[in-house]
Amino acid sequence: MQVARRSTRPGFVLNVDRSTPPTLFWHGEQYRLERLPTGSRVVYPPEALPALEDPDGAIRHALLNPLGDSQPLPSLLHGGMKLTICFDDISLPLPPMQRPDIRQRVIEAVLDMAAEAGVDDVVLIAALALHRRMTEQELRHALGDRVYDAFAPHGLLTQLDAEDPETMLHLGTTDAGEDVEISKRAATSDLIVYVNINLVAMDGGHKSVATGLASYRSLRHHHNVRTMQQSRSFMDQHKSELHSSNWRMGRHIAACGIKVFQIETTLNTNTFPEQFAFLQRREWEWTARDRATYLGVSKSLDRTPPRLARSIFQSIRSPHQMQSVQAGEVEAVHEVTTQNVYRQQLVEVQGQTDILTMGLPYICPYNVNSIMNPILVACLGLGYFFNLYRGKPLVREGGVLIMRHPTPWAFHPVHHPSYIDFFEQVLAETTDPLEIESKFEEGFATDPWYIHLYRTSYAYHGVHPFYMWYWCAHALQHLGGVILVGGDAKAVRRMGFKPASTMRDALEMAEDVVGRDPSITHMHTPPLLIADVK
Amino acid sequence: MRLPRLPARFPYGAPTWPTSVPRARAERRTGVNYDTGWARRYPVRLARAVVLDGVTRPLMHAIASPTIEGLDRLEAMRGPAIFAPNHASHIDTPLLLTALPERIRHRTAIAAAADTFFANQWKSAISAFGIGAIPIERIRVSPQSPRLGAELIKDGWNLVIFPEGGRSPDGWGRAHRAGAAYLAQRTGAPIVPVHMHGTRRIQKKGGKGIRPSSTRVSFGRPLRPDEGEDTRAFAARVEHAIAVLADEEANGYWQARRHASAGTTPGLTGPAAPAWRRTWALAEGKRRTEGPRRWPRTSRS
Repeated sequence: MQVARRSTRPGFVLNVDRSTPPTLFWHGEQYRLERLPTGSRVVYPPEALPALEDPDGAIRHALLNPLGDSQPLPSLLHGGMKLTICFDDISLPLPPMQRPDIRQRVIEAVLDMAAEAGVDDVVLIAALALHRRMTEQELRHALGDRVYDAFAPHGLLTQLDAEDPETMLHLGTTDAGEDVEISKRAATSDLIVYVNINLVAMDGGHKSVATGLASYRSLRHHHNVRTMQQSRSFMDQHKSELHSSNWRMGRHIAACGIKVFQIETTLNTNTFPEQFAFLQRREWEWTARDRATYLGVSKSLDRTPPRLARSIFQSIRSPHQMQSVQAGEVEAVHEVTTQNVYRQQLVEVQGQTDILTMGLPYICPYNVNSIMNPILVACLGLGYFFNLYRGKPLVREGGVLIMRHPTPWAFHPVHHPSYIDFFEQVLAETTDPLEIESKFEEGFATDPWYIHLYRTSYAYHGVHPFYMWYWCAHALQHLGGVILVGGDAKAVRRMGFKPASTMRDALEMAEDVVGRDPSITHMHTPPLLIADVK
Repeated sequence: MRLPRLPARFPYGAPTWPTSVPRARAERRTGVNYDTGWARRYPVRLARAVVLDGVTRPLMHAIASPTIEGLDRLEAMRGPAIFAPNHASHIDTPLLLTALPERIRHRTAIAAAADTFFANQWKSAISAFGIGAIPIERIRVSPQSPRLGAELIKDGWNLVIFPEGGRSPDGWGRAHRAGAAYLAQRTGAPIVPVHMHGTRRIQKKGGKGIRPSSTRVSFGRPLRPDEGEDTRAFAARVEHAIAVLADEEANGYWQARRHASAGTTPGLTGPAAPAWRRTWALAEGKRRTEGPRRWPRTSRS
């Protein structure tokens, strides 16, 4: 295990007073400065931890010094064996990182050792689960041209097809009766090497193989409303039913004799390039250059057509740097990884709040090189950001969540075909996750057209928008109201939320739910943070 | 009419600072922390040389009419040296710089009080450019100043250090500090004692305006610390050498030599007596200035 250490300023909670400058909010492909009422709190994330000085050396060190009861990787490799290297797909990291991607570094190190050991049968699998397939350009970005050119032309670089019965293998059920069905190639290999990028605490562990290489038959056991409502939160593995289910599956996979050598990497939160440095600075520390950049960028973006603005933002490549790398036995590795993620992202917050505000960015795991449709907006706010807590949610039960995002009624027809129908048909009828699950899920999940698009085009699986909505289930159950500021009013209402034109309007509307003189807390992103609510 | 200036609001103007957030003390970039490296780059040195030779030197000749003595004592000197003059006026620095031989003049840095000459960005820039000053901490003990001085000497730069640490308040010299002697021992560079006479008449400490007068700049023989010599003893030897130069100026070379041999060289710091007696002993004003003759103004009415 290699971890970079140097002191950076930790996150903290600011009490807004009269001399506090306006606070930065993401607003999709735009930004807004909002003056929060005096007495509000703003949770600021810790500063980016230093990167590993020699990432390649650190990776090699991790492979040679594994955690848990695993042997060093070279001892697990031998001629005549069947080796499968699996890696996280386009949904990680966010935004996509500048080249070389961590996956390329790690996979090249693994391949070096495999070549030294004389392993001939090597296959790479993009662990898509039910996500869209990656394009050649995206694969080249993640793996590098050397790896791509060596494997793709020979059909040895594959992407999981969870709807192909020929390539999936049912491994039985867990003690809780959960089906475990994963990639046949992986399941029949002598060794699976799984290469993770752990952007948030939810990623990695047994979830890598049990979810990334699994089919709908397996995923439906933990990607459902009940599991999501009982995961409090899924950023806290020990209180997450999502993880409990994945851990049962992972242990079942291990019990079937499938060997997994897990490699997990954590990133620092150096998320945006120098041109956007102001995004990661505390407003009162903005220099003249930061202010000039902010004004230049925000004024230009206000006048830029949405499509062009989207292209500009989607072309951002993050200067993320590897902050730690650990390898070996899955659970031992993940324990350390989670601590490293917490070290970077955790901020202690005293007590809950009546109103939680947040600005939502232009990107979430499911719209890389794509469009952030209204369902993904809801999922990002209510699913991901709401769940960025440990202990208790930042907002009290019955409280109000105010999000800022333009929420356009726009969908990517290639990437999100089932989302369009979900939005038009399902949400038009009900927004209740339980009702949606019981009434509509199976129809979408087994629809041959969506399956065809998932397998042959670049479409997310038919059931994927349901999962996005289930992701919101815990927040929807917990909250007394959701208000979207600056969003398309029709799209916002379709999802059962309230639209507001300004933050001031939203705060007044929220008072109708939580009462007068509410406590207000703003979650300041980027970069990401996890609120440790006491 | 003066229009009221409205403060620009954030983000057009600078942000205000939340009361609850402690403001970390920004690292001071002036004073002893001021980086004078830029002032020793070749283009800046060239510009300074032009100003020094084209403006400062004629100006010094006009207002200080210097008589320069002892340059022959520097002939044999090779390599960088530390010049240690007495200090009575702001005129001392430009006068000394213009009095130095050309080969030394343009490669000389002045150790200037960080609290005065590097108090803010503007003063710092002007000091660094105009006289090639480097900041010296004179209020507290700082490792930065001797380190910078030693680096400069190592790079072949000459240094001017006023051992008194400031201008004379009453015309008598002040007790010498051991900084120059310490640096000489640390670097092996010789110390050249320098005595400047008459500069206080042009502008004294606290005085307003400039009164042209004649001056005299005397260079002594370069001194090196003896084997095993204590820093304070070396500093005292330098002080004595400057006193001998002052005696030379007052009583001539031979008398000064005799006084030095007899150990009766008049001290630079004057009698330990009340202020009026020190002033009296200085005999200031008794001697006529050697400048151009001035006639009293008469009224034509």
